Order: sequence, then C-alpha cells, then structure tokens
Amino acid sequence: MDAAVTDLCDVVRAAAAAREPLRLRGGDTRHWLGGAVAGRELDLRPLSGIVSYEPSELVVTVRAGTRIDELEAELAARGQMLAFEPPRFAPASTVGGCIATGLAGPRRMARQPLGGAVRDHVLGVSVIDGRGGLLSFGGTVIKNVAGYDVSRMMVGSFGVLGILVDVSLKVLPRPVEEATLRFECDAGQALEWLRTWQARPLPLSGSVWCGGELQLRLSGASAAVAAARRELGGERVEATSWQALRDHQHPFFAGAAPLWRIAVPATAPRFADNEPELIEWGGMQRWLRSAQPAEQIRAWASRHGGHASCWRGGAPFMTPLPPAALAIQQRLKQQFDPAGILNPRRLFAEF
Amino acid sequence: MNLPVNALLFERLRRIVGPRRLLLGTEQLRPYECDALTLHKAMPRAVVLAESEAEVCAVLSACHALGVPVVPRGAGTGLSGGATPHPDGIVLSLARLDRILSLDAATCTATVQPGVRNLAISEAAAALGLCYAPDPSSQVACSIGGNVAENSGGVHCLKYGLTLHNVQRVRAVTMQGEVIELGSSGPDAPGLDLLAVLVGSEGMLAVVTEVTVRLVPVPRVARCMLASFATVEDAATAVAALIAAGILPAGLEMLDQAAARLVEPHAHAGYDLDAAAILLCESDGTAEEVAEEIERMSAVLRGARATRVRVSVDEQERQRFWAGRKNAFPAAGRAAPAYYCMDGTIPRRHLGEMLLSIQRMEREFGLRCPNVFHAGDGNLHPLILFDDADPDSVRRAEALGAAILAESVRLGGTVTGEHGVGLEKLDSMCLQFGAAELAAFEGVKRAFDPAGLLNPGKAIPALHRCAELGGMRVRGGALPHADLPRF
Repeated sequence: MDAAVTDLCDVVRAAAAAREPLRLRGGDTRHWLGGAVAGRELDLRPLSGIVSYEPSELVVTVRAGTRIDELEAELAARGQMLAFEPPRFAPASTVGGCIATGLAGPRRMARQPLGGAVRDHVLGVSVIDGRGGLLSFGGTVIKNVAGYDVSRMMVGSFGVLGILVDVSLKVLPRPVEEATLRFECDAGQALEWLRTWQARPLPLSGSVWCGGELQLRLSGASAAVAAARRELGGERVEATSWQALRDHQHPFFAGAAPLWRIAVPATAPRFADNEPELIEWGGMQRWLRSAQPAEQIRAWASRHGGHASCWRGGAPFMTPLPPAALAIQQRLKQQFDPAGILNPRRLFAEF
Repeated sequence: MNLPVNALLFERLRRIVGPRRLLLGTEQLRPYECDALTLHKAMPRAVVLAESEAEVCAVLSACHALGVPVVPRGAGTGLSGGATPHPDGIVLSLARLDRILSLDAATCTATVQPGVRNLAISEAAAALGLCYAPDPSSQVACSIGGNVAENSGGVHCLKYGLTLHNVQRVRAVTMQGEVIELGSSGPDAPGLDLLAVLVGSEGMLAVVTEVTVRLVPVPRVARCMLASFATVEDAATAVAALIAAGILPAGLEMLDQAAARLVEPHAHAGYDLDAAAILLCESDGTAEEVAEEIERMSAVLRGARATRVRVSVDEQERQRFWAGRKNAFPAAGRAAPAYYCMDGTIPRRHLGEMLLSIQRMEREFGLRCPNVFHAGDGNLHPLILFDDADPDSVRRAEALGAAILAESVRLGGTVTGEHGVGLEKLDSMCLQFGAAELAAFEGVKRAFDPAGLLNPGKAIPALHRCAELGGMRVRGGALPHADLPRF
C-alpha cells in the first residue's frame, strides 16, 4: 500500500485518539447536501487515478479521489460507461463523492443491464475506518457472497462509516443506439403512460416530465430502439437535455426556493397541482420546489410508501428513522467509527 | 442440555404456536437435521413452524429472553449448511409463510411471504406478462426468503442481476423481536442501506417475513447457440471476446468435455463430444433484438476459433440445448456414489488457467472433477465425484474442494459466488479475509444482533479458528498440498 494511504491511516488514528471530527471532501461539489460537518477538512483528492481496468471483465478499480469525468472518458474510449449515470454537479466531482452520496442519474430507471442504482454496480471497496484501519470488502468479480456485503453498505453512507480509498465498479457496454422522444401531456397522463410502458419489454433508459412535456430516452440494440419508437410514437428530438438533467443544471433546479427529493412508487399521484415539480425515473423520483412544512411533505411521501429528503431549504436532510432501525444504524456507526469522528451528523442529527 | 430451560422454552413456544406446530423428539426433528449440504448434520432442541409475522416476533423474543440460539430455515435447499441446526438452539421454519400478498402490474412488483417458492412468483406473474428474473437451479423448490439470505443467482444474472438487484423492500424481525423495514416501496430508503447488507447475510442479521421483488417483462423470444472449441483456453477467450464486443448474453454457460460426456447419454442434448469445451450462449428480447444479437454473437464466436456453431431453430431445440446443462448435477449423481459441488468465482480472464489447475488437482487427489459453470460471471461449479462410503475418498474430496477455493482466491476471486459460506466454507474464508475484515463483519453482526443468537457460528469464521488454521499451515505438511500458493 502506498505512502499516501498509510499517511491517511495515521491521520485518522491521531484524530480518533484526539476525538477530533473530520470533514471528508473530494471535489466538494456536494458539501451543501446533508447536515453541515464541523470538523477539520480532510482533502481526499490526492488519492486519485485508475488502479486497474479490464474492459473484457466489465470492471474498473479506481481511487476514490478520481474525477468522474476523467473516469468516464477512459471508459468511453473502450465503448463502456457507468450505467448509473451519476450526477456531477460540477467537473470537480469525484468517484468517492458519487459513491458516498449514492446518487444516480436518469439511467437509474432502466432495468438491468441498461442501468440501475449506484450500489447495483459496486463490486468492492477499500476503506479506512474510524480507527485508522484499512479494510477491503468485496472484490472485482460480479458474483461474490463471501461475508456481509459491506461494500454496498458504503454507498450512500455519506462518509459516516469510513473513508473510501479504492472502489471497484461494474461497467457496462454503451448502448449501440439511443433516441429521445417528446410528448406533450400533463403530469397525470405522463405517470399513467410511464406505468404502462414500464410493464412492457421496452428499452427505456430515462424519463423526465416537467412543465407539460414528457421526454423519454430509449437505449439498446438498433432494432430494439427502432421497434420501441414505432410502438410509442411521440416526436423524435435531439438528446440535448439528459446531461443537464443528470448534473442538476436543468433550469428547474435554479433559484433559492426549497428543493425536495421525493422517492416513491410510480403509482403515487402528483404532490400538488400548483407546486413546481419535475418527475424522473418513470415516476419514482420527484423533485419539488415547495415551501410547504417539512412534516407535511414527509407525511405525504410516507403515506405513499416512500420518503422525502430536503436538498435545500433548512429542514433536516433525511426523513427520521423508526427507533429500531435508528438503533441498528447507530450501532453500525459505533462499530465502524467508535470515536464518532467521520463526518459527524452529516446524515442524521443522532450520529 | 439443561432440562429446566428446555421445559420452560417448550412451554413458551407452545403458548405461541400451539402443540401441533412445535416439533420435538428425534422422529419429528430428523427431517430438519441438515439442508442440502448433507455432510453437516445436527439435531436442534425443537423446530417451530411459524405461520405469521406476529409468531416470528414472539418466538424470537422468547428465545432472546432465554438465550436460546435460533436458526431460520426456508425450503432447506441451501448448499452450504446455512440452515444446519445449532445443537443448543431451535429451528424456526418459515415454510408455512407461503402466501403471495400482492402482484402489481402498475409498479412491476410482487409482495410475498418468505416461504413462497422462487418459481411460484414467476408462475403467478405470467398472467401479467411479467416474471421474477433470478433463477437459481433449485427454483422449483427454493424459497424467496432463502434467496434473500443467500443473494442467490442463477443462469441469467449476467444480464438480469442477482437477488440483490431484484429486491426492493424487505420486512424482517430482529433477534430482539422487533420488526424493521429495509428498502421501501420507492427506489430507495433514508439512511444507511441496510437492505444491501441484509441480502446475502445468511440469516444471521434478521428473519425475513415479507419481500417485495421487482418483476420484469417476460422476454418475447429466446434463442440459444451452441459453440464447440478445440481447447478450453479457446472457449475462455471466446467468453472474453463476447463481453469485449459489448454483448451481454441472457445466459453464457460452459461445459468441459468431461461434463458434456457425463450428461449427453441422459439428456441427448446433441452436444459435440469431441470438443474440449462447449459454450451455451442465449439471447432474449424482442424478435428484432434477438435476430440482431444472434448475428453479432455468431460473428464473435467464429472469430474466436469456434469449431462449430449451431443456433436453436425452435423452442424445442432450445430446451434440448439447455437440458444437458440442467442435467449436470443429476448426471454427476449417477456417475458416482456422491458428488460435491463447488462454487468459486474468478475473473473471467483466468478461466483457462483455472481449468488447467483443476485438471492437475484431479490427478493429484485421484478424483474426477467435471466442470460446468456460469462462464459469463466467472462462477465455477466443479463437480467432484467421490465415494461417500469411503472415508479416504471423502477426505480427498473435501481437500480437493478446499484446494479449488484456494486457487480461486489466488486468482483474485472469491470462495463463494452464490451458494454462501454457511458452515462449509468457514475455513476457506480465512484465506480470503484478514483479521481486520473479519472483525468488521463481527461488528455488523453485533449491530443487528448484539446477543449473537441468530444463526450463530455460520458464514463468518471466528478469529481463533483462522489463527489455528494458520498455525497448521505454518507447521507445514499438516495441511494437504502445502505447495499451493496461499496468503
């Protein structure tokens, strides 16, 4: 293991002994998401670069401080991609930040093997825990059930369990063909269509409804995309909007109004007709600009089987957990970071 | 065994499930002494047949209060001893929680109880044009609760993912008797992803009482290709060439010559018995997609020195091509008094090297070992043929199995791809993980089950066990094949 990593282990060990909180940062493009961390800044960008890449294995192992755009350029050169299409917010965004926040882009709605969630594509990690120990979980093979799946638990953990050093990711071939279709419709109609289409063998790889317009992305074999276009109709448009949507550069995300992310089943209705809303993932991810009280938004999401997180606007980041689940999460934190020094209270006020 | 505790325990359990669903005594307990790994057997104190989540909660609370270990059990088809009883504990059977609670075409999900059979989900969803994709070979019998515990795979997981990728939400009961929900009906859940760590945890973190799975549209068409190769290295290279060409076949299976010759007399699949290895390569989707993909796959296979390529002309022939692969285990059962199925996974690029190593080990241990495997995932199932009535043969079979797993780890792979560690591979885990990782696994266990009563002693070896093994290794020659590289 190289000096940069052993040095980092020493830093963490010293911080744990002194009970000094650390604020983990990569590109720092997501620091505004979640609770503010009061602590000494630990810059993880020096841990960067591709460790190994075997296109025929569909696996890349990368240092967590590597920029997402740099990794994606390497993959694209071999006709491959990160199928979870992570948001980058800004070019400085790193793989570590992407894994730690667990955020996926428009391709999240696609079925295997066209897309999926971030954790669906994580095969292994090396992490430094809160004691300064370097641990390795998972590996570089697709099927692996030896030991608990700690590597996937790191996805979306916001750095509270450990510092990501290396990440092994499953990568996928880029689709041969893509097409974007446009439909004019209200939200109710869009949700109804999306529900019907999801149950058919169509190569859907992105959907967004906003302001009376539904856009749909198709990806796959040329024949499959052509057949789906015939089946769905709509107007074919240039696929310009997906990158902006993915990186939250879509005009909907601009401005100071509170921003909520609501994760619900596709069958949930629209939150309110008079509140600005952007609907993604076939109806499973809703973005809401609403000044309604947090309790009301959260209660609505829970009632429909999901949850709401506050991205901008001052309410606590995550929906509070029921006591039994909170107790397990607190004990996990205690096991991995007994001194409580890694990104304290970034995820929940309790830890 | 402490009799007063037994009396108290049985009385409490009887109050929860009544006398008929509390099994006691050798005759009633015998069917539960092992799962499909029959090498490990033990008698539990009792077996409880639960019929509701409330009963599961009450049973776990009672056992927690009395300090009695609990081993959850589904259909008992596991291959690694994950459901082997604990001699001081009880077995909690979830087999009677076997109702499909809902099927929803609008969300493409099914919510089922843990005892529902894997195949029963697809059968019920067929009316909606949907199916549940993960298809372990035991899918006729294995339960979805067991699939969650083992993160089961199958022949289609290269394209469609493992259990983990197809489960959205789980309700489960902790050893303390508390109900928790992991995941949600939406795409994710707040906080740490406990669902990801529960799937594949071998029944050691919580007892699953309800599972919401994702359903996918049934492919409209499927066709299978059969390709012959003059050497196993050529076949392995062809697998890499397919993936490198950006193709993800719905199934990509390999049989070596020994396996093909083993199954052909029974299955009449039409396999090329002169080939050193054959590949089964399936394409599914719409008619247009399949036609396009078969074309591309044929070109790649021929370019990768396939000596013969055939494409199934109809569904009947496709089924026949698969019949050989699916008959591998029964054929092994007929070819020898017993067989032992291994489950290592390696990076695909080492497939050729691995097969040569296994051939060397066959000579070394004096046992035959035909190979079938999920080539697309690099997941091997060497079938070690041995005589279970001959202690020396049993010893050599276990030693050969351990040597194959050690080789999997040396090649950068894992000791188990889909069957789980259970009791079977505890020693092999010591090769794959260091003390720090094993301690972290213990930490995860304690976070869910501080008292350590849920399926104790499985999946994660105790540190002293690995230390003792390490000591044996250092003494040299105490373990067979000290010449094998280990670390």
